[in-house]
Amino acid sequence: MSEETLTIDPPVEQAPVPAPGVLPRLLEGIPREGAMSLDRHLAVHGSASVISARRRGRRAESPLIEQVERAGLLGHGGAGFPTATKLRAVAASRKRAIVVVNAAEGEPASLKDRTLMQTLPHLVLDGAQLAAQAVGADELIVCVCETAQASMETSARAISERLGLPLDSVRMHLTAVPDGYVSGQEAALVNHLNGGPAIPTFTPPMVFEQGVRRRPTLVANAETLAHVALIARHGAEWFRQLGTPSRPGSALVTLSGALAHPGVYEIEHGASLVSLIDAAGGMLARPRALLVGGYGGSWIGGELLRGVALSDEHLAPHGASLGAGVVLLLSEDACPVAETARVARWMAEESAGQCGPCVHGLDAIATSVQEIAGGLAQGNATQRIERLAALVHRRGACGHPDGTARFVTSALDTFGPEFADHARHGHCEACSRPGELPLPAHRQAANPTHEPVPFR
Amino acid sequence: MRVNPIACEAHGMCAELLPERIALDEWGYPIVDSEPLTPALRDHARRAAQACPTFALLLTRDRE
Amino acid sequence: MPTIPATGGSLYWYLTRSSGAVALLLLTAAVVLGVVEVRRWSTPRWPRFVVDALHRNVALLAMVFLCLHILTSVLDSFAPISLIDAIVPFAGSYRPFWLGLGAVAFDLLIAVTLTSLLRQRMGYASWRAVHWLTYASWPIALLHGFGTGSDVTDTWLLALSVACLLAVLAAVVVRVLDGWPEHLGRRGAALGGAAVFALFLLIWLPSGPLGSDWARRSGTPSSLLHHASVSSAGSTKVSGE
Repeated sequence: MSEETLTIDPPVEQAPVPAPGVLPRLLEGIPREGAMSLDRHLAVHGSASVISARRRGRRAESPLIEQVERAGLLGHGGAGFPTATKLRAVAASRKRAIVVVNAAEGEPASLKDRTLMQTLPHLVLDGAQLAAQAVGADELIVCVCETAQASMETSARAISERLGLPLDSVRMHLTAVPDGYVSGQEAALVNHLNGGPAIPTFTPPMVFEQGVRRRPTLVANAETLAHVALIARHGAEWFRQLGTPSRPGSALVTLSGALAHPGVYEIEHGASLVSLIDAAGGMLARPRALLVGGYGGSWIGGELLRGVALSDEHLAPHGASLGAGVVLLLSEDACPVAETARVARWMAEESAGQCGPCVHGLDAIATSVQEIAGGLAQGNATQRIERLAALVHRRGACGHPDGTARFVTSALDTFGPEFADHARHGHCEACSRPGELPLPAHRQAANPTHEPVPFR
Repeated sequence: MRVNPIACEAHGMCAELLPERIALDEWGYPIVDSEPLTPALRDHARRAAQACPTFALLLTRDRE
Repeated sequence: MPTIPATGGSLYWYLTRSSGAVALLLLTAAVVLGVVEVRRWSTPRWPRFVVDALHRNVALLAMVFLCLHILTSVLDSFAPISLIDAIVPFAGSYRPFWLGLGAVAFDLLIAVTLTSLLRQRMGYASWRAVHWLTYASWPIALLHGFGTGSDVTDTWLLALSVACLLAVLAAVVVRVLDGWPEHLGRRGAALGGAAVFALFLLIWLPSGPLGSDWARRSGTPSSLLHHASVSSAGSTKVSGE
């Protein structure tokens, strides 16, 4: 029996369609404090008219997937994978799927996902529910970092607020995820949900074929699902009115550094760094360099910052990409060598410890950077680091060694003079300053209004 | 030919049995040459995969 | 039914004890090679894949000799041993306990052999867990040899058994010390077990198999008892009936 029936759930009153090509979108109507309640959420965004196809045998592709594809939405978890392709892959399986909302956010300098869960949980849950119906899932698991207490509370409250809504045909529950750098990696998250440790597993099989409880699993970043929620309401053309043709739409970035108002901001893809800094009230100290993407991302030297635009296609010539939306400005007062050494060592310790090249390679890289910082390096330490970076490339079960290697080698390129100086003379005055690059245990929740985000 | 880096425990038998395509890094872990196997090397590759104590060496058919 | 001349029965009996001795030797070699392999010892002339292949082949050869040992003991008309006694322990009529130990060891080794032949289909962790049964099967096999072997007082066999014991004890110590002190409980238990076993043999052998009247005490059916006589030269004459 291969007939299918299309039913359109009765649309509730539509909110006014937001002006095209205007920000904010995700952050529209965000409350100054606390989470946006369900009522306010529906008032601001309206409810999505749900087009569901009931399955009998082969199902016709969900109209949502087609919309998402035309919108050109890419994932916001860091990998930038086309969301429609992922949805399609999960929907293609015969077995009942599961949707996982990934708000684990192991990247220390990124706050956007926990901010979303803390202030706009209903937007994310909308997107998750829509995605669940599109892929034929009957269960939805929201994953939040176990140290993000506020996000846990607001997510739990939001889930219970929604009990009984016609939109929510899919069972939802909330799970805490350990606070590790690699815990939010797709396979690691699924491993944790299957009762194992939150560390990556070998793929294939990919999680969209065999994930949680061996069922096809859609693991989607929280922000990505928020975008899905809006695309479902306003369509692909509306989505494309911001951003660039190859990376349409808006994105959340975590802007940090010596700024008047650091925090989570919504930008359109391709926005200039300068405009973002202006929106954040300007710099309080001169930037030495920009770290974009995260601790697996790349550095861009201060002299180039005037021309930097925030989208992958504009960052590519600089050897960088937007990744998980980390935009971190290192001030001129900091010692970039000491900062690189600290983070490189932390990243080495964050290795899941499963793959020889990662465990040994990242340790060797971190040691070499620390040696340079202290003026104890033997021979050509820079060359050794470059060699090690090439040696770990693609030899782990996940992208962690590659990211760390990229972070360190781009630091060597960007901060050549400082590294040479340290190799010869050892520690500088700035080495003993408290670090500007945040590492956990000092992470605090942020909100995107005008509260500055404190870092250590 | 790929290595499952999680299963690999650096026993090194693969490099002994297929030195044409597998070298060991300074920690004893295999670096696999991504070039496709010639027919002459296929039997050696199969033997190398069977010798691996943890089944970390995997042979896959090229998709046409 | 083939007629077996008076000396024919002893042919099977000789085959049984010699194949048993060879099996013990090969099993000992397999254990030693297994430890050499897991310790990753190798030289340019003895690369790791050679140690691995040797270990596998010696173990398989041991199984072949074990099967020969079982077959010949069944065919030997002297002792009432049936094929089922090789797999189902302690149910036989000839030295049931000591023969049964042999069956237990054989059962364990069947499990190890089968799982190793079917490795590709099992998970590595489960294969490894079963493989550790070899550490249990070896001492059980040795006890079986001491208990059932009617020529255990022969110097050559005793010397062989002791040499094999020393080799396996050394292998166990080397294995346990690798990675010490991780998994201390497991390692301590292994060392303790080995020490207890060695001590037990030291105490039991003189009063047991090497003592007087062992054939009767170990459960040889009384009908067979006065057919066997052990001379001080250590050879055993059996007159079949």
